[in-house]
Order: sequence, then structure tokens, then C-alpha cells
Amino acid sequence: MTENILELKDITKRFSGVEVLHEVSFSLRAGEVHALLGENGAGKSTLVKVMTGVHQPDKGEIYLDGERVSFADTRESRQVGIAAIYQELSLFPDLDVAENIFIGRQPTTTGGRIDWRKLYADAEKLLLSLGVHLDLKHKARSLSIAQQQMVEIARAFSINARILIMDEPTSSLTLNEVADLFRLVRRLRDEGTAIVFISHRLEELFELADRVTIMRDGSYVDTRLLKDVTRDDLIRLMVGRTITDLFPKEDVKAGEVMLKVENLTHTGTFRDVSFELRKGEILGMAGLVGAGRTNVARAIFGVEPATGGRIQIEGQEVEVTSSQQAIKLGLAYVPEDRQLHGLIPAMPITSNISLPILFKYAQRGWLQDKVELRAAYNAALQMEVRANNMWQLARELSGGNQQKIVLSKWLSTKPRILILDEPTRGIDVGTKAAVHGLMSKLAAEGMAILMISSELPEILGMSDRVIVMREGHVTGHFSRAEATQEKIISAATQTVTLRSEQ
Amino acid sequence: MQNSTSATPPVRFSLSNLLWTLVRYREAGISIFILLLVFVVTLRAPSFLTADNFNDILLNISILTIVALAQTMVIITHGIDLSVSSMIGLVAMMVAFVFKQNPEMPVIFAVLLGMALGSVLGMFNGLIITRGNVPPIIATLGTLSIYRGLVFFYSQGTWINSFELPKSFKMLSKGTPLGLPNMVIIAIFVALVVYYFLNHTRTGRDIYAVGTNPDAAPFAGIRKERIIFLVYVLSGLLAGLAAVLWASRFESAQTNTGSGFELQTVAASVVGGVSISGGVGTVPGVLLGALLLGIIQNSLTLIRISPFWQLAAQGLLILIAVISDKWILNRVERTNK
Repeated sequence: MTENILELKDITKRFSGVEVLHEVSFSLRAGEVHALLGENGAGKSTLVKVMTGVHQPDKGEIYLDGERVSFADTRESRQVGIAAIYQELSLFPDLDVAENIFIGRQPTTTGGRIDWRKLYADAEKLLLSLGVHLDLKHKARSLSIAQQQMVEIARAFSINARILIMDEPTSSLTLNEVADLFRLVRRLRDEGTAIVFISHRLEELFELADRVTIMRDGSYVDTRLLKDVTRDDLIRLMVGRTITDLFPKEDVKAGEVMLKVENLTHTGTFRDVSFELRKGEILGMAGLVGAGRTNVARAIFGVEPATGGRIQIEGQEVEVTSSQQAIKLGLAYVPEDRQLHGLIPAMPITSNISLPILFKYAQRGWLQDKVELRAAYNAALQMEVRANNMWQLARELSGGNQQKIVLSKWLSTKPRILILDEPTRGIDVGTKAAVHGLMSKLAAEGMAILMISSELPEILGMSDRVIVMREGHVTGHFSRAEATQEKIISAATQTVTLRSEQ
Repeated sequence: MQNSTSATPPVRFSLSNLLWTLVRYREAGISIFILLLVFVVTLRAPSFLTADNFNDILLNISILTIVALAQTMVIITHGIDLSVSSMIGLVAMMVAFVFKQNPEMPVIFAVLLGMALGSVLGMFNGLIITRGNVPPIIATLGTLSIYRGLVFFYSQGTWINSFELPKSFKMLSKGTPLGLPNMVIIAIFVALVVYYFLNHTRTGRDIYAVGTNPDAAPFAGIRKERIIFLVYVLSGLLAGLAAVLWASRFESAQTNTGSGFELQTVAASVVGGVSISGGVGTVPGVLLGALLLGIIQNSLTLIRISPFWQLAAQGLLILIAVISDKWILNRVERTNK
């Protein structure tokens, strides 16, 4: 019974030089639900994709029933009985529900013709057994997110897998739907299926899983029996790293209120968000990915204006409806995804830096190249950007240097309020420390900084105060002294929320 | 996991519902449009509604239909093949040349040779796109010029004229042993095969899957690169077949044979409801799209409207088609969420 059906040994995986998995080991037995736990970016989803052949490990071995195997793609892993629900939705919008379930392995007649009648009959039987009511002929495009999630689940179940991997299958389901799903998972487990289960809701793990493997920063931490651990143990294992001078935060006495947000609401994404940000202060905004933090930032910066609530800047009530207006009010926003929103990869460093305040360098409609170049050069120098020259294209730089360019660009606008969204995601430790040093210096000079981060050490190390968001609501508010990793995780993942509406 | 039943809204008759149905089901929309057009043109030019004239229209759109079906498969994968016209030009020249040298060769060899040559050209497109990671529009824009250049290189700028080609070859497209001209029969046959392929084989469905969500294909175990390579080979193969029919019908191969034809094939596909953003398109829709373009061309000539208006009408239809595609997408996503 304790035979391992699947075993991963010392798996290492790099993406363009960055190590995302470092010698991770993992074992799975028939008839167990094995949870994978870790913070965002700990490498869980990558590990799953190594198990199914979406990614191939750079180092390490995979054993199935004691035999060494390797999967070139998901077709091969499927053939040996591994099915997966991935975190990102992977449906085909223009195909209907039934075909989405069976795509790539539709039942065929001996002549190779797709047996549509059998396909629809099988799909109907499957959905019935899952307790899902969906029109089989509806295009996936027209389904709600929860319905799409259920089609994904149905697809994974239809494989009759020996190993079923579920990466956050419950993230968009209601409580009833989750209960139904768990019933099915238990039934499969009792029939001998091995199940890998990923969820950020700790309660779910205690309810469903037998063992848990904890990962941190792409490394294996520990494997425990769930009946032997407490919730606090898990949190400690998940985040427990020592915080050193990665976070050179100076103590600054907070000044007057620079930004005040009251009951800010954007229908469908966040609701009744209120907080204050003072001069010289770094306010950390914690929460899981998708909690609505970025949407709040975008609302304040006027990219997606709020539908309700009030924003005050330096005591003046304002209605921000465009980013141009926000810049003039002294705001700057460094977005989360620097490739997508922060940089123009095909433009040189100079143009990238001067872009938001190009109007300052123009005279009678003509751009003053020299003035622009000098200003950009000074900004880049201040940020210690490493590049061959100012005409190098942004896309040729490393991730850390790209992040520095994005920061230089916004600092050149001389903002009084700076919003940083995941300022150090995906950059190396050295650059990380440099960015943190700069943040500390800017705050000391009187800038008010709102920092959105999913990395708890960063939140704890850099913030004067912390607010926590969960599912579009503010669920926690801590001073630097009060804030602990446990409290923040607890606020970010608690299942019971008090809703102001209804 | 209840609560997901989608109720069908009660159907009430109203003008906007009717309009929606016509836009939603492109085949219905085009059919009505074609009927209206036929009615109006017949009033102006009674000679339009004769068997002879319709025979003429069918002859004219046979080649367009074959290549538009190839184009359709490519567009469904979110690609485009601009090089079809040059493939037609090159293959027509080569096959005609071979026939000039060997007039006794059986005609079926010409057909097979054309398809083989076309496939090789298509493979070249497929390799550039999948191996070289070049966007299809750029890759085929490149080969559009390269293949046309090869026509000049191969022919040294000369034409192959009617008298140099054997009668058997000329009759390949025009003979009527089965009642209809061979060319029309071949087009119908191709349409049936493509219809079966796209709707009833796994590979055919994979073509739709790759087009509608390329990123999800690896999760579903679909080998995206192979599918994309395949549609360009098929496009070449059908362009090769079309080239042979072209040379046979017009009894010549010229350096500019097929020039500009790529845009007509895209037009027929798009008007027929194939979405340029991939994942959507049906064979009946494309057949109607080609028919509509053929009727417009024919009728505008009959009622003596300048060829300039033919182009403008074609352009207008494309715009209407694309805008209504967008409209459908928005409405489908809005109503069901």
C-alpha cells in the first residue's frame, strides 16, 4: 500500500536562466490525496507541468511504478494515465462543451471517423455522474468562469486516470460546487486513484488531503501527514525564511496624509476599500493573486476608474479618469507586468524613460532630443541601469535592468505618490536589494509609497503599515509591529468573510 | 454543481431578432442576400436567370472555391496564405511546360504532378512558419514574391499558349462526361472531402482547436506545430490542383497567371463567415461566399456596371462580414455570462 506510483527525484527546471525548481522531490501513492502547498511563485504549477510533460526537467528523474520515464508532451503522460486540471483555463472557446471534454481523443469508428453520437452520449453520462448541468452544444466561449472550470474538471475525469492532478480547481467554485467536487475526489481516491491537489485555502487541505508537501522558492521543504500538523505549522513551513538585510528599511516619521481612499468600489472586482497613505510612508498591500489589489491601483491611477467611493489627494477630493491626469496630480504607477504594461520592448532606453513626460521635452511640437537624452541619462544613472548605451532596445536588457528602466521612467516624472505593483517579481536577489534600497531612500525623502506585493518577506521587511485584501475586500490592517506572516496569511486566505451587502 | 442550466430565451418575432439570426447563421444571411441579388439583377437583365449563365457562374467560381477552401483551413488556424496565387502561377507554368514536352502524357498525371508540386511549395511555407517562427502573413508575403520570381526564372519570361497544349489537357476542365463540367465536379468533390475532414476527423477538429486557443493545445495533447505545418501543405496541394485546372481552362500559362487571386480567396472565406482571428468557419459558408462573389462579378458585368464597382462591392462585403463577426462575438459573450 505504501508503494509509490509516481516519484520525482531532484527535479531542477530553469526558464531563461532563472531557476524555478531546485532539486525538488515528490512522491505519490495510490489511493491518497497529496496536497502541494507553497506561496505564489514557489514552483507548484511548474512541478505539475513537469509531471504531465508540458515542461521537461533540466535535471532529475521521474519514476512511474518504479520505472524511469520521461514525457515529451501531455499526450505521452495521458497514455500512462496522468490527467491534470491546470491553473490557467485551457478550454477552446469556439468548440462546444462536449468536444472540449474529448478534444484530441474523440471516440472514432474503425474507419477513423469521429463517432459524434458516442461522443455526446459519453459527455452526457460524464456530466451526469459529476452532477453538472450544462448544455453540451454550448460553445465554451459563452460559459461563465465557474462553468468553464467544471468542463475542465470533466475533461480530467473523463480520462479515467490513475493519477489526477488538480491545480487550484476550486478557485472559482461556490461552496456547494466545492462540496460536490470533494465527494467525487474522495470516491476516486477510495477506488485507488492517486490525487495531487493544490489549493490556497488551508481548510480545504485539512478537509481533503492525507499528506502535504510544502515548497518554498522552488525548493522542497518537507512532507507531512495532515493529521499531524496544525494550520500554524503549515504557514510556518510555507513562509519560514530568515529575513536579512534584503530589506534595508529606514525608520521615517510619517507626515501628512497624501492619499486617502474611502469606500472605493469597482463593481465586480473590489468593494469598499478604504485606507490612508502618508508622506514618507511605505504602505504594503498583501493578498493572493486575484484579490483585487492591482485593480485598486489601476482605479487610483485612473486606468480603470472606480465606480464608487472617493479619492483624496493631499486633502483635495479628485476624480481621476485618466493616467495623464494622475501624472499631473503627482501620481506614478509601476505596473505588475513590465513586459505588458511597463515597457515598450522595441524602443530604446531613452524613449522608454521619457515617454510619460514627453510633453516636457517638446517645443512648438518638436522634440528636443538633447534635453530628452540628458534627462533620461541622469535617471538611468541614478538607478544604476546596466546597458551598453542609451539607444539599446529595452527588450535586450535583463529582467532586473528592465525593472530599473520602468522605475527610472516613473521617477523622472517626479511623483509625490508612487504605486509599485510587485516591484521585485522575477528579478535576482541583488537587484531586489537595490530596488528595496531605493524605495527606502525615496520614502525618507518624503515620497508616499503604496507597494503591492505577493511576497510576504517583502511586505514585512519594507512596509510601515500593511493592509491585506481578499476577494476584493480589505480583510486586515496591521502596523509594522503587529504584522506577522501568520496574521497576514490568515487574513488573505480566511474562508469566512463578512460581506457588507445583502 | 447545479445551477448551470442555460435556459433558451423565448423566441419572439421582431426585426432585430430576424437580423440577429441572419448575422448569427452566416449561411442563412448570405443565402437571403444571394436571393435578393438574383431577384434584383433579373429585373434589370432577364438573361441573368438562365441555365447557361448559371453554368458560366459555376465554371467561374470552381477554381476560387477550391483555393478558398484551402485558405479557409489556414485561416481557421489563425494564419493566412498569401502565396496561393504565386503557387498557382508557378505550378501552372511547370505543368504546362511538362505537357508541352510530353503531349502524350495521360491527363491524370498532370493533376497528380500539380498537386505534388503544390505540396512541396506548401511544405516550404509550413517550414518557414513552424521552424523559422515567422508570422504567416510575413512568411507567405515573402514566398508570394519568391514563387512569382521563380515563374519568370523557370519560363525565361515566355508564355505557353493554347496551340502548344494537347486537346486532352484543355478538356480536363471543360469536358462534361458527367453532365456538369469536370471542373465543377472536382470543386464539389473537394468541398465534400474538406467538409468530411474538418468535421469528422480528429485532425480536422485539431485545426479548429489550434485556431481558437493555441496556448491550450499542448495541455490537450495536440501537436500544434504539426497541425499548422499540415494546413500549409494542404493549401499548397489544393493550389496545385487549382493551377492545373487554371492552365487547362484558360489554355495557357503566363508569367502573371493567378496574380492577385490570393485576395479573392481571402474574400470568399471571410464573407463566408471564416473568422480572421481563428477557430471559426464552415465549408457551406465558404461555398456560399464564393458563390456570392461569383454572382456579383457576373451580374455587374451583365448590367454593365464598371469593373471598379465590382472591386468596391467585394470590399464592402468583406467589411460587413468582419464587422458582423465582431458583433456576434460581443453579443455571445455578453448574453451568456
